[in-house]
Amino acid sequence: MRAWILVGIVVAATVAGDALQSFEMKRQGEVHIRGGRLGSVAAALATNKYLILAIFCMAVSFFAFITLLSQSDLSFAVPASAGSFVLETVLARFLLGEQVDFRRWVGAALVAGGVALLAV
Amino acid sequence: MDARLRWKTRFFLILVILTQPVGNLALTLGMKHRPLSTPLDYLLAIFSPYVALGIVFLVVWLLSRMALLSWADMSYVLPLTAVGYIANAILGRFVLQERISSTRWSGTLLIVAGTVLVGMTPPRTASGRQP
Repeated sequence: MRAWILVGIVVAATVAGDALQSFEMKRQGEVHIRGGRLGSVAAALATNKYLILAIFCMAVSFFAFITLLSQSDLSFAVPASAGSFVLETVLARFLLGEQVDFRRWVGAALVAGGVALLAV
Repeated sequence: MDARLRWKTRFFLILVILTQPVGNLALTLGMKHRPLSTPLDYLLAIFSPYVALGIVFLVVWLLSRMALLSWADMSYVLPLTAVGYIANAILGRFVLQERISSTRWSGTLLIVAGTVLVGMTPPRTASGRQP
């Protein structure tokens, strides 16, 4: 039971962090990897409030995850946290305005089914 | 999507897929059965060699995924990176000697099936959406 509570914290914090990250990185536009500009791009991103919030959510997710690893199998902890994909697909559609087609919905449903099997 | 963007996407996808399972393995080796009752325990844990190594791999994973998310859809990138879940199960079974039941294997394979299905969709669907 304690393990599933930790999974819930990992999933909720991951979903919030990923949604904030994707929203803000899309707003910034495509990252171009060129030596000279990389530093200034990194500096601009490091002071961005959405990304700071995203990093905070990821930190919460990380500490919950390592706590989970201290008491559960890796082969349980990692797939169980995949439950975030289902919530993320819903958020991608309704919050980020991405066009999630039928195959992506079925893919997310299969992931949900896989996570459900871990709970059996 | 032009050829340059396609190759860049493939390179970053491979980086994202490989670094996560290796990072998770190192974290597990460092965290297994470690007592965590105070914040100091967490602080000591993150500076232990295996956990620190895991964090380095996961930082590379995070930065490469952030770059990938700047041009590809979240609903394409995130499930695709779940291919690493198979690698996690294999590392758990053969490196950590975990007992993986047939139900757990089925669940993991179902997750991979979901990722493959998502991988058959185009990476960018909402053209002209960027400001």
